[in-house]
Amino acid sequence: MTPWDQEPLLKVEHLTMRFGGLVAINDLSFSAGRNDITAMIGPNGAGKTTVFNCITGFYKPTEGMITLTHEDGEKYYLERLDDHRIASETNVARTFQNIRLFGGMSVLENLLVAQHHKLMKASLFTVGGILGLNSYRLAEEEAIELSRFWLDKVGLESRADDTSADLPYGAQRRLEIARAMCSKPCLLCLDEPAAGLNPRETQELNELLLEIREEQKIAILLIEHDMGVVMGISDHIIVLDYGEKISDGTPEHVRNDPAVIAAYLGVEDDEVDQVEAEVAS
Amino acid sequence: MSAASAKSGLDFPAALKDAGLAALIALALSIAMLFFRTVDFQGNLILEKRWTLAGTTVLIVFAGRLALNLFWFPRRGGLGLFKIASSALPARFAELGKWMAPVLIVFAVVLPFLPASNRYIMDLAILVLTYVMLGWGLNIVVGLAGLLDLGYVAFYAVGAYSYALIATTFDWSFWVCLPLAGMFAALWGIILGFPVLRLRGDYLAIVTLAFGEIIRIVLLNWYTLTNGPDGITRIPRPSFFGLEFKRFGDGTFANYFNIEYSSMHRIVFLYYVILVLALITSALTIRLRRLPIGRAWEAMREDEIACRSLGINITNTKLTAFSIGAMFGGFAGSFFATRQGFISPESFTFIESAIILAIVVLGGMGSQIGVAIAAIVMIGGLELLRDLDALKQLFGDNFDPALYRMLLFGLAMVGIMVWRPRGLVSSRAPTVVLREHKARSADLVKEGHG
Repeated sequence: MTPWDQEPLLKVEHLTMRFGGLVAINDLSFSAGRNDITAMIGPNGAGKTTVFNCITGFYKPTEGMITLTHEDGEKYYLERLDDHRIASETNVARTFQNIRLFGGMSVLENLLVAQHHKLMKASLFTVGGILGLNSYRLAEEEAIELSRFWLDKVGLESRADDTSADLPYGAQRRLEIARAMCSKPCLLCLDEPAAGLNPRETQELNELLLEIREEQKIAILLIEHDMGVVMGISDHIIVLDYGEKISDGTPEHVRNDPAVIAAYLGVEDDEVDQVEAEVAS
Repeated sequence: MSAASAKSGLDFPAALKDAGLAALIALALSIAMLFFRTVDFQGNLILEKRWTLAGTTVLIVFAGRLALNLFWFPRRGGLGLFKIASSALPARFAELGKWMAPVLIVFAVVLPFLPASNRYIMDLAILVLTYVMLGWGLNIVVGLAGLLDLGYVAFYAVGAYSYALIATTFDWSFWVCLPLAGMFAALWGIILGFPVLRLRGDYLAIVTLAFGEIIRIVLLNWYTLTNGPDGITRIPRPSFFGLEFKRFGDGTFANYFNIEYSSMHRIVFLYYVILVLALITSALTIRLRRLPIGRAWEAMREDEIACRSLGINITNTKLTAFSIGAMFGGFAGSFFATRQGFISPESFTFIESAIILAIVVLGGMGSQIGVAIAAIVMIGGLELLRDLDALKQLFGDNFDPALYRMLLFGLAMVGIMVWRPRGLVSSRAPTVVLREHKARSADLVKEGHG
């Protein structure tokens, strides 16, 4: 019994996703531990982003069960919920492989949109906001404070009033993470957060993610190709290939797994049988 | 062509060469179009050669191009004619907007008391304000939420017919019917909203266009309810807190205030009604924009998928945008009905939707002051073109400006789209700031996908 299987935050069981005849994910099961950084790696087209889309409700899985257990013991079955309810009720936040910011809006506005639910309630579903109730003003001030906190964390405080599409690429990536964090998630799903970053920015990202995990006590699930990030910060790695899990364990375990090596580097023709036998065992 | 001459400032040979090239093109064109002319000479067609005309044309082109190359393009950093300053102007316009809005409002308030205002001007002002209000209403749907609605006139029609039918059937007053008409229009906004939730862009535009036509055709054919093409007549006029605007009888406005009856009283009253309605629309929109719902609308315009990932319910957000936009359309519609006293489906054709949308797009999507200016220019300008005697002096006495007003209007629209593709006021002020307040150029703001 590995640590992440005991009272996991997220438990994915027998997840299968078919698009017509294409099986993107086939009978995938894994767990993500509370307060762990879980990485999902695999070659291009292995189905990693599809798993994300199933967890965050953008796709409805063909088969399988995705259970999220909050700290207070409440269970949510994510495969049954709509995407916006997964975000607002079960507190799963995500970022996107191709950055999806609200480009025309200012950096601060981006972060306030992330706190939509809280503010909507505080404005009594707009009625109180139109009347200018004090409770809404206080809630907005609080939301701005939270935004300021996260802007400070990702080093964008000085650019709070700039149009977010004006930011350089690396800053946009950080802003997307800050935006996800402003929704106070219990699970943060990051889809290739280090893509397109230079080595220094990647290092900063690593530190940011570790800090988020330590200070906010939340779990991170991440897809990444940059092994520097994956091996450096994750507690638990899941390897996918052609929609199936080929390895699952600590970075140490995965690094030495012949199936992973075969999937990433390929094998000599005469070794195929041998590797297949090892994989089977 | 001008790039070479501009790079080195006043590069005379290059400018000359460029102008020569332009003259050559002009020559080639003028040979076919100006130089030869077929004339009927004793039953035969012969070619007349017009040396002076073609020669002058080519010379004008040469001189004009040379002048442009020497004096105009270098100052503009060598950019071509059509690329001028689309990013330099927004800041200036934003500055303009700051004092423009109060000035316009004050002007609107005192307009009826200005010595120059007569019946014609007041009628025109009411018409303009109706379109300002419609523009502001549609601005919520198109400008903020990014949903391209080509059938906005449907809600205008629903509002007008709701008021007309309720008022003529139950004899309720304007002030009771007005909110009802708005509610009906909002309801139809939701009814339209549901089937188009999944549509975006072109498809949404087509369906909303069809919706507008469906409403009009139903009004045209449902004879028992709407009286079909004959329309609804004798729609009650609004009263001033129960005091009617009539020449004779007790309890009239003139009687009560002990002033002499004038037909202008009602017009001025109507003017203030629509002014207040329009200002309420604007104030509410500005307020909504700063609330979570308004930010969700704008976020939806920017990126719908990101919205969903942040827990924003796209269905509700779209429906609120449609219904609130429709509600203002309904208010404007019921005002239209009470002003005219007569409505028929004729008034709610597609061209109305197109004009309202044009006002929003020309004004600058999402900008309140821009929409107001665009409505004044488009509706007021179009009317002014009817009797512009100055043009007669220019083109001769046979010139009737009224015939050309649509052409001039089209040219103006092309001009605005070339020079200011994002509308007159293309800056966007953030709804909330951490430190400094400044309007940003809206070049990065998306137009929405539907």
